[in-house]
Amino acid sequence: MIGALGAQCGYCCFVCKWSRPETGQKIKRMSSKLSRGLLIAPLLLLLNGCNLVVMHPSGDVAVQQRDLIIVSSILMLIIIIPVMALTVFFAWKYRQSNKDAEYEPDWHHSTRLEVIIWSAPLLIIIALGAITWVSTHALDPYRPLARLDEARPVTQEMKPLTVEVVSMNWKWLFIYPELGIATVNELAAPIDVPINFKITSSSIMNSFYIPALAGQIYSMAGMETKLHAVINKEGVYKGFSANYSGAGFSDMHFKFHGMKQADFDNWVAKVKSDGEGDLGRAQYLDLAKPTTAEPVHYYSHVDPELFNAVVNMCVDTSKMCMNEMMMIDAKGGHMSHGEHSGMEAPMEGMSHDAMSHGDHAAESEPMAGMNHDGHAAPGEPMADMPENGSDAAKP
Amino acid sequence: MPSNPDLLKLIFGRLSLDSFPYHEPILVVTFIGVVLGGLAVLGAITYFGKWTYLWQEWITSVDHKKIGVMYIILGLIMLLRGFSDALMMRAQQAMAFGDSQGFLPPHHYDQVFTAHGVIMIFFAAMPFVTGLMNFVVPLQIGARDVSFPYLNNFSFWMTAAGAIIIMISLFVGEFAKTGWLAYPPLSDISHSPGVGVDYYIWGLQIAGLGTLLSGVNLIATIVKMRAPGMSMMKMPVFTWTALCTNVLIVAAFPVLTAVLVLLSLDRYVGTHFFTNDMGGNVMMYINLIWIWGHPEVYILILPCFGVFSEIVATFCGKRLFGYSSMVYATVVITILSYLVWLHHFFTMGSGASVNSFFGITTMIISIPTGAKMFNWLFTMYKGRIRFEVPMLWTIGFMLTFVIGGMTGVLLAVPPADFVLHNSLFLIAHFHNVIIGGVVFGVFAGITYWFPKAFGFKLDPFWGKMSFWFWFIGFYFAFMPLYVLGLMGVTRRLNHFDDPSLQIWFVIAAFGAVLIACGIGSFVIQLVVSVMRRDKLRDETGDPWHGRTLEWSTSSPPPEYNYAFTPVVYDHDAWWDMKQRGFVRPTEGFKSIHMPKGTGTGAIIAALAVALGFGMVWHMWWLAILAFVGMIAVAIGHSFNYDRDFHIPAEEVIETEEARTKLLAKQA
Repeated sequence: MIGALGAQCGYCCFVCKWSRPETGQKIKRMSSKLSRGLLIAPLLLLLNGCNLVVMHPSGDVAVQQRDLIIVSSILMLIIIIPVMALTVFFAWKYRQSNKDAEYEPDWHHSTRLEVIIWSAPLLIIIALGAITWVSTHALDPYRPLARLDEARPVTQEMKPLTVEVVSMNWKWLFIYPELGIATVNELAAPIDVPINFKITSSSIMNSFYIPALAGQIYSMAGMETKLHAVINKEGVYKGFSANYSGAGFSDMHFKFHGMKQADFDNWVAKVKSDGEGDLGRAQYLDLAKPTTAEPVHYYSHVDPELFNAVVNMCVDTSKMCMNEMMMIDAKGGHMSHGEHSGMEAPMEGMSHDAMSHGDHAAESEPMAGMNHDGHAAPGEPMADMPENGSDAAKP
Repeated sequence: MPSNPDLLKLIFGRLSLDSFPYHEPILVVTFIGVVLGGLAVLGAITYFGKWTYLWQEWITSVDHKKIGVMYIILGLIMLLRGFSDALMMRAQQAMAFGDSQGFLPPHHYDQVFTAHGVIMIFFAAMPFVTGLMNFVVPLQIGARDVSFPYLNNFSFWMTAAGAIIIMISLFVGEFAKTGWLAYPPLSDISHSPGVGVDYYIWGLQIAGLGTLLSGVNLIATIVKMRAPGMSMMKMPVFTWTALCTNVLIVAAFPVLTAVLVLLSLDRYVGTHFFTNDMGGNVMMYINLIWIWGHPEVYILILPCFGVFSEIVATFCGKRLFGYSSMVYATVVITILSYLVWLHHFFTMGSGASVNSFFGITTMIISIPTGAKMFNWLFTMYKGRIRFEVPMLWTIGFMLTFVIGGMTGVLLAVPPADFVLHNSLFLIAHFHNVIIGGVVFGVFAGITYWFPKAFGFKLDPFWGKMSFWFWFIGFYFAFMPLYVLGLMGVTRRLNHFDDPSLQIWFVIAAFGAVLIACGIGSFVIQLVVSVMRRDKLRDETGDPWHGRTLEWSTSSPPPEYNYAFTPVVYDHDAWWDMKQRGFVRPTEGFKSIHMPKGTGTGAIIAALAVALGFGMVWHMWWLAILAFVGMIAVAIGHSFNYDRDFHIPAEEVIETEEARTKLLAKQA
């Protein structure tokens, strides 16, 4: 079986060679190993040389996640390999036809062995549990990045890029609030710049996932989830929804471009020049209608209040925003309907720079979503207060 | 034909001619096959005049052994259905690359993967394990039946009714296109307005009721009906795992019922429990369904752990190593299985502390599971292993399950899960534990207890063929999915652009074909064994040199199981009896008090199918009539005082003397 897999992997790498010339050298090295007839080692190496993007990511968060997979697997193999080997060995040694083997039909207890068989897995799990606790906190997607990669910590001067992500049926909308642009089914970011994703959905739950960049996070209507990540290498990577969302799900993917800062600036200029114009509430409602395999297109200008309205499910101005509704509910539900006019004020006329990002955040953050008052409702994951201040809003 | 649309709507609800998928060639061919097959079966029953036999001896029977067998038959039929879905999915994913869209459009493909999951878990795996527990537990504890025999019959028919509702959806209307757990908002009325989700809800609600009641029944049986001397710590391990499983069922299934009721309210009367707006919260649904869903996987695997424990001790000719630690491990797994549900959605945005808590509790489960694995291993140590078919399945399980366990613990590390969640790696993981654990366990159990149920062994050649096809097929089908998961391929896609992925899907499809050969071999094994039954006959009642009480009675056991209730002194009661030179009593038989069969269970279940169908299609009159009918039949049954009878002493003497002669002939 391993041989067959090895051969298949050879095919796979043949494909890789065509599509990714830069890995050719590596593959050549591995192919020679295969020709030496080793079985398992080349299989693993060949798999490494293939487009195993999870094992060969290009963003620091995904790299750390990959390392965790490797460390955990090795820790567990300490138990798994002896168990498998002993199973085969005992099955062979104590076969009925082997009359030389000892046979003790009443031997069924040994305190020493029992201690070992409980404590060996226990020790592994203690080690793994410690790693889990530390890494889960360090790689919490809600936590702002502490480093760009192993060597470079994030400093105060580095200005992160904010991207607001909306999963729609069945396409992705990316809003760059600081740049005032938006794209559909195409995402770009400069390399080595922290990216703060704010994620929501127009209706169905999806999962925002770029394997090369970082782990996934669900997108849910009426809620905002977050992801912090950085891309370290230039390239074009696959992004998609990792949570089934209906008929158009299979085509709900996009390209993620990791670019040098200058290239990114050119890309932004291109979006501004090629863009269809405004993405306001009316255009959004039009875009939100279900489509499959939506082609890439750009918007040169975005209503700065749009994302907040999407999260609060009041892009359609006839609907009350959820944050307002919750405010009314919190006050006992006695506010007259006429008072909810805040969200309806047209913001299109206001230039983005005129509204400082800080104020914008302070105004919208605590209201974003519906379960974010810091109290965990029954059945909902407990709100865990991370260190990042206003980012506490999480489902 | 009345043309008044209001009247038609009143009678047929949402049902119209368009609801029948006569334009889908696959379904039409399947339908013709089912009709022809069904007619052949019905014709044969009529031709051989077996209707009365079928009604009296099987459908209305409250004998736990027959009900157990019927559960297994139901499981087998549904396994065939669920597996044909699997073959279609594998074929679609192996074909649909680039310009080729394959043969299943999303509308069809999405139903297929939903049906595959629902059927395999609820209507294949669950009937299999419930069937094994039903058949084996009363025999193992020296009882004559379960505590509530009528309830047992009712539970089975409710499970069958659920399966029938799911099967109807194949030909009338459509099935859910939501994935097997029907997450809202996709499953709410605005996003899934069709009947698919309603079939899902009513199929599961009706079957779930059966499962819950069967859980109550088996707990009562195990707690109250053990043979004298069988203290809790002398119970066979399979009975222990059955007890823990049924505790899980009783504690978990009401959660499923409740969450499906809430979803139904959202869909039928416009409440907002799980909608996006008006204060609904989808996260509530996802939490609740997994609070049921995680214990559910232990409901499936624990009895299989019990099966392996019995088999490994029997075929190693050796007492199980570490009985107490096996029992404690089972109990610990039972408790912990309630503390891990959130690991199914680390990616929903919980905080790091919450995620790590649930990750670590998940890992802790691997400690008792690991201890179990070592206990089986050290049972083999210094044993004398006979590689009969059940033992092959057990070794196959030990080698396969540890890999699934390892990838499971890997997925329990939240940051690792962020990159592997919902990927084909996850699919490979849970098939690794469900096939390697549950399916292997069920086949091992069926092969092991088949001679007890029917008096002859299964043909070993075809059993070995089945094992090797399944074992090798599993690795071909699912190892490529691990690789694809690491390539970042997610689940439930029906079309791919990247041609470099195709080869892995082709290998996986080949694996699925091997598994099909495994299932085919199993069916051939059944046929061949029935044909060769005289050669495979077991007249001792103890064909494997067994250790537990069920092997002390005849194969198949008499209706009353034991003429005298056995007395237990040690673990492995039957082994102990054999060691102490037990002499089977041959006189002093008395008449035996037994429960009487009733058709009530089957009738109520048939009405439940009508109720479900009426609710699915909004035929309110049918739903109301069926519901009233169910209540009326249930009340009517409570006035039925003719519920028991005595097997006369003469009949017992006759049966037991026949066995005495048979045993004398053996000696």
